[in-house]
Amino acid sequence: MQYIVPRLQGSMLMSSVYPFCAIVAQDEMKLALLCAAVDPGIGGVLVFGDRGTGKSTAVRALAALLPPIRAVRHCVYRCDPDDNRRLCERCRVRAAEGKLPTEKTVVPVVDLPLGATEDRVVGALDLERALSRGEKHFSPGLLAQANRGFLYIDEVNLLEDHLVDLLIDVAASGENVVEREGLSVRHPARFVIVGSGNPEEGELRPQLLDRFGLSVDVRTPTDLQTRVEVVRRRDAFERDANAFLENWKSAQSQLQRKLLKARERLATVDVPVAALERAAQLCIELKTDGLRGELTLIRAARALACFEGNGVVSDSHLKRVAGPALRHRLRRNPLDDTDATQRVERAVEDTFGA
Amino acid sequence: MSGAQTNQRGGRRSWELACDALRILAVDPVEVGGAVLRCAAGPVRDEWLQALQSALPAHTPWRRMPATITDERLLGGLDLAATLRAGSPMVQAGLLRETDGGIVLLAMAERIEAATAARLAAVLDHGGFRLERDGFAATVQARIACVALDESFGDDEQLPNALLQRLPLLLDLSNIGLDDFEAPTLDERCIASARHKLKSVQSPPEIVEALCAAAMAFGIDSIRAPLMALRVARICAALAGRASVTSEDASLAAGLVLAPRATRIPAPAEPAPPEPQSADQEPPQPPAPPPDAPPPPQTEAEQPQQDPEVQTQSVEPLQEQILAAAQAAIPADLLLHLLARNAAAMRQRSQGRSGALQQSRRRGRPAGVRQAVPRLGQRLSVVDTLRAAAPWQSLRRNALPAQASARERVQVRSEDFHVRRYKQRSETATLFIIDASGSAALHRLAEAKGAIELLLAQCYIRRDQVAVIAFRGRAAEVLLPPTRSLVRARRSLAGLPGGGGTPLAAGIDAGAAMAASLVRAGLTPTVVLLTDGRGNVTREGVGNREQATQEALSAAKALRSGGHRVLVIDTGPRPQPQAAQLSAALGGLYLPLPHADASVLATAVQRSRLSADNRAVAR
Repeated sequence: MQYIVPRLQGSMLMSSVYPFCAIVAQDEMKLALLCAAVDPGIGGVLVFGDRGTGKSTAVRALAALLPPIRAVRHCVYRCDPDDNRRLCERCRVRAAEGKLPTEKTVVPVVDLPLGATEDRVVGALDLERALSRGEKHFSPGLLAQANRGFLYIDEVNLLEDHLVDLLIDVAASGENVVEREGLSVRHPARFVIVGSGNPEEGELRPQLLDRFGLSVDVRTPTDLQTRVEVVRRRDAFERDANAFLENWKSAQSQLQRKLLKARERLATVDVPVAALERAAQLCIELKTDGLRGELTLIRAARALACFEGNGVVSDSHLKRVAGPALRHRLRRNPLDDTDATQRVERAVEDTFGA
Repeated sequence: MSGAQTNQRGGRRSWELACDALRILAVDPVEVGGAVLRCAAGPVRDEWLQALQSALPAHTPWRRMPATITDERLLGGLDLAATLRAGSPMVQAGLLRETDGGIVLLAMAERIEAATAARLAAVLDHGGFRLERDGFAATVQARIACVALDESFGDDEQLPNALLQRLPLLLDLSNIGLDDFEAPTLDERCIASARHKLKSVQSPPEIVEALCAAAMAFGIDSIRAPLMALRVARICAALAGRASVTSEDASLAAGLVLAPRATRIPAPAEPAPPEPQSADQEPPQPPAPPPDAPPPPQTEAEQPQQDPEVQTQSVEPLQEQILAAAQAAIPADLLLHLLARNAAAMRQRSQGRSGALQQSRRRGRPAGVRQAVPRLGQRLSVVDTLRAAAPWQSLRRNALPAQASARERVQVRSEDFHVRRYKQRSETATLFIIDASGSAALHRLAEAKGAIELLLAQCYIRRDQVAVIAFRGRAAEVLLPPTRSLVRARRSLAGLPGGGGTPLAAGIDAGAAMAASLVRAGLTPTVVLLTDGRGNVTREGVGNREQATQEALSAAKALRSGGHRVLVIDTGPRPQPQAAQLSAALGGLYLPLPHADASVLATAVQRSRLSADNRAVAR
């Protein structure tokens, strides 16, 4: 049986998506995802934990929340017209000629499925044009599609090694370079990388781990009432998705507005010196490697402040994002058997006082 | 109660459950999600599968999927022959797309790789998948149910958790004898009307709550379990012609979905008379808890039941009813199953992390091809290279001047190169950590030495490596770095003195370091710790029994985090609680050997390692 698959721009599966607001508990995961949505510069979220805790549900639900962005019209990479340094080649030429036409477009949330082949991830020559017309034409891959949006990898720890290598490189440089058939293409590929997985199935390469700004541990809720609520909502959604979505519609749009406001506020929120000092102190206490932990901590705290409508970053913001921002950056000490979460909590207590 | 009788009765009960599952699946396999059939190939399984196939509407897709399927066949990809013929890209549909709306029969499910299982799990979750392969991008609908045929033998192999968690109906058909099973009766009209009714079946809140509570009482962590039980319960109600789920439906669903996942036997909610009931229904192993002092795990189980009591009084009896019904479905040898499963789960954790299976350049089991220029002895896959080059030929011909292109018939570029990949079982190494302190030496040192010598001889035949660490007095000492030399090993052992304190933590630390270095060298270590578990010297070398014990336990946790296979042999004159505790902290196998001689010890180690190897080969 053969059929021709239409090329679809949208990337998520078409079935209806469970609303973000309807996710029960898992506050830290929701917090981390929202922070990344407010400030994409935080650099990705890793959600690791028990099975059946709604990891992939939450990520897919986030896609439905993201407010639209302004992009250059008809640009496959959705270049940002306000950022001259990160334009693709075509947009750069057009920008030199005059003002770029813009349009509102949805934030892409692109799925990188486990079975993806390399040519689809980085992009390759358009097979159809090559075959039928003998033309060389670049057909952008998932990394191009994810530019200025989110790249989601479910079961990220099962991803094949050569794809991991690719991702590590692109996530660091923000640029994808393809050389094929004498064609050389480079295009912007800045995305928030979101991964989920189950630690029982293998660990992440430390280099890839480092690319994630925030990391969240999810656990199955242990109290009955929460569990009943999860099952009840999921059951209602499965039976009649449309009615369920309708019920949550106002909450969803409210959250969406809040997110939009937070983004606008991002440039104006103040990070006082005291907060910077606290963050540095915490990182010294925990002996995290490099500066990335500190930077992520500050950015995440600022994003949280924006989201909650505060004008200044305070201790309470820092405290709440310390876990997700630092937990995966601790050096492993084989003689210390307490897990990373507890170590961060202890350090937070020591630094901020109980 | 004679053994034969139990078996027979258990078999008939299992078959009844299997028939219930059959009816439930027949109503709407995709809505249910699937089932796991645990048994060897045989008439019972064939009968069940045939009954299911005939109960489904005509032309429902039914595909057998081998556990070693490639992505190309599973998800689909470029159909090269058709593409070249047509002059435009043609997709080959994968098995999942072909099975849309039907049943994927997963043969030898215990052999499926984690990555394949993850793909299947995603499809079960979303009813489709993204195809991003060979220049194609598409959303492919694949609403499937999966029936996994689990032929695992013993507890070494297991269906991956990702699948086990998503397939609601877990059936064990292995104990069904020929006289137990009769042709299942399937009322077609009933099933057809259930299909219509299904959408409108209501699930009352108290049922939802009771199922959640039951799942917790059984110690099932995942929230998917009650969700699946609820789905199954709705279908049961539809089958019975009811508009709303009743406790009867919920009980049946709990028996099929929750009971087989139980990690503990729920405590009776009321302090009921302990002896008669539970002793009848359940194996003799779990002693009915005396009402005044219930053991800790059961207290945990009880608490969540008592909490919501304040709000909903009616839930309590409902949940008990469901629990009782579900417990009747628990196989008589639950405890054995539990132990096996927990052991398997423990070991699964180490999967994919340690060096058990290595990517090898040249040898081992083929593990697909990938695009790369052959280097350092990698093997070029000619067919795949040509396949990769084929679509671009006309393009390349156009690019070259006419003369040159006529000379080269097929133009292959470096980016077309594909190399073969292999997976190889890594060599094993056995690491002995020997307690040579005064307390142990007196009793066991000679025996341990003898056992190690016997093992050495076996290792020599198998070309395995052996390393020995001994601890006594104030510190641990590497007696024998990893070696295959029989002579060296024997000499170093003969010179091992005994006596002094027991720096247990130091010994375990040294073992953990050595095991980690073995993994780095590409070996798969098995750690054998011979001790009575009574550490009395701290890491600093100071005598302090309490601190030494604490340190030993924390060192054990560090070693455990390496994910190695650990065997603790208790060398005390009688089994020591400390050694058992240590073994638990290590996540290891505990083997008290009060009267073992060298050959018994050697056999035990050998056996534990053999099963480790089988697992490595299976993967």
